[in-house]
Formats: sequence, structure tokens, C-alpha cells
Amino acid sequence: MTALVEQLKSGLDAPICLTWELTYACNLECVHCLSSSGRRDPRELTTGEAKAVLDELHDLQVFYINIGGGEPMIRRDFFELVEYSIAKGIGVKFSTNGAFIDGAKARRLAAMDYLDVQISLDGTDAVTNDAVRGNGSYATAIRAMDHLRAADFGPFKISVVVTRHNVDQLDEFKALADAYGAQLRITRLRPSGRGADSWHDLHPTNDQQRQIYEWLLAHGDHVLTGDSFFHLNALGDENLPGLNLCGAGRVVCLIDPIGDVYACPFVIHDEFKAGNIRDQGGFTQIWKSSNLFTELRQPQSAGACASCGSYDSCQGGCMAAKFFTGLPLDGPDPECVGGEGELALAGVAAGTTPRPMMDHSKPPPATPVSFRRK
Amino acid sequence: MIAVDAPSELLGRALTLHPQVALRPEPFGALAYHYGTRRLVFLKHPDVVRVVRALEHHDTVGDTFAACEIAPARHPAFLRALTSLSDSEMLRDRAG
Repeated sequence: MTALVEQLKSGLDAPICLTWELTYACNLECVHCLSSSGRRDPRELTTGEAKAVLDELHDLQVFYINIGGGEPMIRRDFFELVEYSIAKGIGVKFSTNGAFIDGAKARRLAAMDYLDVQISLDGTDAVTNDAVRGNGSYATAIRAMDHLRAADFGPFKISVVVTRHNVDQLDEFKALADAYGAQLRITRLRPSGRGADSWHDLHPTNDQQRQIYEWLLAHGDHVLTGDSFFHLNALGDENLPGLNLCGAGRVVCLIDPIGDVYACPFVIHDEFKAGNIRDQGGFTQIWKSSNLFTELRQPQSAGACASCGSYDSCQGGCMAAKFFTGLPLDGPDPECVGGEGELALAGVAAGTTPRPMMDHSKPPPATPVSFRRK
Repeated sequence: MIAVDAPSELLGRALTLHPQVALRPEPFGALAYHYGTRRLVFLKHPDVVRVVRALEHHDTVGDTFAACEIAPARHPAFLRALTSLSDSEMLRDRAG
């Protein structure tokens, strides 16, 4: 453990990696959506409130923000906010499904400095992708990528959530990214949002986890991961590139569309809510002195993992993954590569796992009901 | 990128922070972010931050060390840190 990692665990003066979900509205209904997005929330921040947040982030010297949603481009002030942020010296990286990137928007995006675009794609073919992200979403993403290439955007990113069904496509994803002059980003599936219901069917098997680890050791220098696979470090002597720690509340946090601040993008639940930017003192006070973040910056107990020789490598894994599968936070990750997670999961009583909050899923389509007079 | 044969060669160079780099003070030293390359680098000691900030006010790296009162025994470590910052384009040669 380096002194620097110890320092990072006790928190920074401002986040390194701040995610800001601009809206809960989305044109898609991905089965693993970490924010259960679908419908806009009437309490979402106004343009003025959003700009005030950016003013604060500027004063805190936040270098860049990760904008997501929902689908952030649905907001009518999307470009206004992005341009305001960049003018303030806050770089923007935003995630999109690409539905609203046409030729003109691609050219507008390409003309901006300090802007990165991340197109979400969960399969290298329509069948694999659309099973998770919805019918037509593969074609939509590819069309957006074509527009970005035609507009000479430069190296945009292709962002993949690794699942049981696309793990064999990692080489193909890399080839696809290379063909577009893009950069590949792969991240870990979490049981957050609607992912709580789909995780058991989608998360990689133990053998596949080794496959991911070995693939990242071979390609990791050219592939972004958001440092999300550090739980795999227990598989070998060599650590994957990146910070080997859970950054929740320490170097990372989430601002949700209504201004609630959570410890990370994967824990939208009251248990991990530190405050709301509309509160007195705003984001700055939440980051610097909220009870939750102060607590997360204290040394954490290894708990049941303390006797395991791999704890230094894997750090006990992901807090969100444990929480939404009903496991104690000071124990093994549900995907513990030593198999401890599987054992622990078997002991979780049915119906006792915490449910994700802030569900904005669209209502299911109406089914015809026939009434008959007696 | 600045080509450096041996770190000690750096002592005679005139360096400056890249104009696209921002420094943010942190308890351990500072974070440096390069808006062009999107790279983030940790400056892990307050003295390194002091030296990096002072570079542009002195003719050479050696002069900067003297002005910041960096003891000669620490020069090799500081030269390594500055070399690594040059390699990641956080620092660059100052014209003139």
C-alpha cells in the first residue's frame, strides 16, 4: 500500500472524478441502468441551479466532470451547460447512447475543446447489444459513431459494461474502437438501479472474471476502465493499472438530477446520500464536511476479509456491489475471486436485500383488459 | 516531450509548467491535470510543488533548486520527479 493511496483514502480537497447525472429522462430502458432512468423528475435542477453548481466546482478547482443520465442530451440546455462548464475551465466527458447525435450536433461537439464523448455500447453486434440496451440501440450507437467520425471529432470513447454475454467480444470491441480511431473503455457491471434485478443473469462467471483480468493485463495500458476492476487483482501477483481503491466519497461522488449528492454513481440509496446541493453551504459543504463523507474517509474495517491474504490486492471490492446484493460492507464482494462472495450470497435471506431508490423507470406498456357485463 | 539524456543534464535547462496544466493544492502536495492530454499526475510532496511553481521565475532548474533551498542530497530525487513530469508533458522547455 503506497503512502499516496493512504492519503487518497482520507479524502481530497475536491473530487477528482465527479459524475453528474443531468436528467433521469431517457429514450432507452437498459436492463442494467445504474440510475433506473426513464422518466424526467419534475424536481430536476434548473439551468440556473446547474450553472451555480458549475460555479462552485470552478472554485473548488475540479478539473473535469463526467456527465451522464438518463440521456443527458435530452435536456434542452445540454449544450448551454456544457459550454458554460468548458468556459469555466471544467472539462466535460459525457456519456450518451448517441440517439441525439446527428451530423450537425457531431460538428458542434467536434468544435469544442476539453470535451470527450463516450458512446455506450454493450455488444459488437445488434443481438448482443440490443438484448441489454433495447431494440435498435446498436444501430443508433453506430450511427452516432459514424457522425462523430465524419465530423473529425477525434478519439471519442466507446464505453462497454462487461457482462456474461459480451465478455467474449473484448477483442472485437477493441478492433471496433481501433477502426473508428476511438478509445475503448470497459467497466464493471454493478447490481445498482435496474441492475439489481438483472445482475444475477448478467454478471460474469468466475472463469470469465479471470478472462477479463488476463485481457486487461495484456491490453490495459490502452483501455480505460475507470479503475473499476480492482477486485480482480486478487487473481494474480500483478495489479491492473490504476488506483487500487474504492474512491466513494474520497475521490469520487455523484450529483443526481435533483441535486442529491451520493458517495458514488452506483449507490443511489438514502444510506449513501450525503446531502443536496440546494441545502445551505451547497456542494462544497457536502464534500468537505458531510457526516457520510467524513465517515467514508475514516480507516475502513476489513471485517470478515481481514484473515484473507488477498485483502491488500482487492481491498474487499465494491461497496455498491455488496450493498445491493445484501452483503455486509465489511466482508467479501459478491464477485470475490476467491469464491467467498458466492458462499456469502447463499446466506442472504430472500427479500432482505435493500432496494435501489429513485426509480424513474417508465411504466410497463398497458395491457388490454376486457370487461364483461354480468 | 523533452529529451533528457541524464537527469543531471536537466539542471541547466529552463523549464516551465505547460500552459494547459492546472495545479490544485492537496494535503499531500498537489494534483496536476493536463487539459490537452487529459492526464492526471500526483505531486507527492509540497516541496516538489514549490519547485514546479517556481521554475518559471528562474533561469535554470539548478537556480530554482537553489532558490527553493533544496538540499543537494535531494537533487537526484527531484530531478527524477521533474524528468517524469517532462515525459508526461506537464513541464516543457521555456523559450528564450
